[in-house]
Amino acid sequence: MKAGYDVVVVGAGPGGMAAAVVAAEAGASVCLLDSNQSPGGQIWRGFCAETARFLPHGKKYLEWIGRLHASGCKVSPGHQVIDSPASGLLRLESDNACSDVEFKRLILATGARERFLPFPGWTLPGVMGAGGLQALVKAGLDPRGKRVAVAGSGPLLLAVAAGLADLGAQIAGIFEQATLARLAGFGLQTLFTQPGKLVEGAHYRLHTLSARYHLNSWALRAEGRGRVERVVATDGNKEQTLACDWLAYGFHLVPNLELPRLLGCRVDGGYTAVDALQQSSVAGVACVGELTGIGGLDKALIEGEIAGWAAVGRESRARVLERQLRRQQSFAFRLDRAFDLRRELRGLPAAETVICRCEDVTHGAVAGCASWREAKLHTRCGMGACQGRVCGAATEFLYGWGPAEARPPAYPVRTATLAAETDAVDTARS
Amino acid sequence: MEEKIRGYDPFLIYKIVRNPAVGVIIHCVQCQLLRPGARKGERLESEEVSITVNGKQMRVAAGTNVAVAVIMSGEPCRFSVQGEARAPLCGMGICMECRMTVNGVAHLRSCQLLCAPGMEVASE
Repeated sequence: MKAGYDVVVVGAGPGGMAAAVVAAEAGASVCLLDSNQSPGGQIWRGFCAETARFLPHGKKYLEWIGRLHASGCKVSPGHQVIDSPASGLLRLESDNACSDVEFKRLILATGARERFLPFPGWTLPGVMGAGGLQALVKAGLDPRGKRVAVAGSGPLLLAVAAGLADLGAQIAGIFEQATLARLAGFGLQTLFTQPGKLVEGAHYRLHTLSARYHLNSWALRAEGRGRVERVVATDGNKEQTLACDWLAYGFHLVPNLELPRLLGCRVDGGYTAVDALQQSSVAGVACVGELTGIGGLDKALIEGEIAGWAAVGRESRARVLERQLRRQQSFAFRLDRAFDLRRELRGLPAAETVICRCEDVTHGAVAGCASWREAKLHTRCGMGACQGRVCGAATEFLYGWGPAEARPPAYPVRTATLAAETDAVDTARS
Repeated sequence: MEEKIRGYDPFLIYKIVRNPAVGVIIHCVQCQLLRPGARKGERLESEEVSITVNGKQMRVAAGTNVAVAVIMSGEPCRFSVQGEARAPLCGMGICMECRMTVNGVAHLRSCQLLCAPGMEVASE
């Protein structure tokens, strides 16, 4: 089956939702796609109308989900975009079925994922992403009484530690690799531009006061038999060992660039390059939210609105938001600088440390390779089930490799879907 | 500060959470519904389902995430190429470390699935 819309939005987080709402309210036919079962993205994961007002950022969720449902926008959860077989066409997978959707304008809001950097022991069960652990706890994992060490970088670490502490976990320690100088500079600038963000950070810290927040510190290795039992951390001089049941770690976020790359959008400095109206280098394709810089909720909402107005030809409405947008973009830029990765982290993997978890390719095996392509050919690094989604960001930081060429399918699909694809193509032709 | 969580039971659908910002709320694990104003210690009846993880039977609340059930069981999700035990990493369907065979279907991301009655989950 093939459907057609004026505007198709990929990703139903805040940015995608705002874009879809604005375009649909302006009278365009809009389809909002997401691979998850309900809209909201990561920050509004699991929110619903009855209860959102009790949750952080819930008021904004209620505003936008209310407008979304009233806007006449077609909301299609459970749909994964796997390819763009022709200009103006997206191919989707859902519950083993394959379908196509046509668009005149496309808005990408595919969000971000955590950056994982390999270190000895990071493959042990019990070592989880900080955001990953938060998502699992939201899905019912009981953190009561668990000793949790938190390590890595970025504002997410404190938020996750605070959430776990509130639910009864013991936070063994928080290790932030960023330097005091960088964070102090960041805090000072933010104080004058977005004091609300600092209040949020202070709130999280208050809820984790029983745990020490170590700056200039990072996890050296995780140890244990069959699962993580302790983590060894350092501030560059002294090592300390902490017993833990779980290690929550992650190094800020990286954008999900697979789809923009597949469509040919120019990427600059790790993010999609866009103009003042969020338009990418590909005509008719806009990018919003974390794709253009890790800035969180407010940035995503404003960019979504701008892209929504632009998609229906109301550029003047979009330009009204420009000043707000610049403030949010400078926040994103400052975040990246404040949580810039220290070079010591490049020295963490030992020769036998796994870099590519899917194919068990070690640091020793790929260290001599000049590019990701060479590593793929010689070692299968990045060729497993996650298609380099985990090791891609790691190898870029460790070895300076650029990203591999984007090829369909943009996401692993079932062979049944590929077989069904033929039918979809036939239908499209007839 | 008083106990933050009352009546929480990972094997029940509902847990009662005292959120400092909100007061006491009931948190429904299945639909993520939060009901304000619950009484302290209140427990709600919930439906349990029986699943097996690598042949071991366990009872979980209907709608529990499969990856969460597997973490609670202590079983690994999969064994790597070199035979290392692996467990969930990203929790949001990206890293593929939690992929398992569910009801005979291989390579499903357990973190994107909910437990259903009689579900057979096996490490890969």
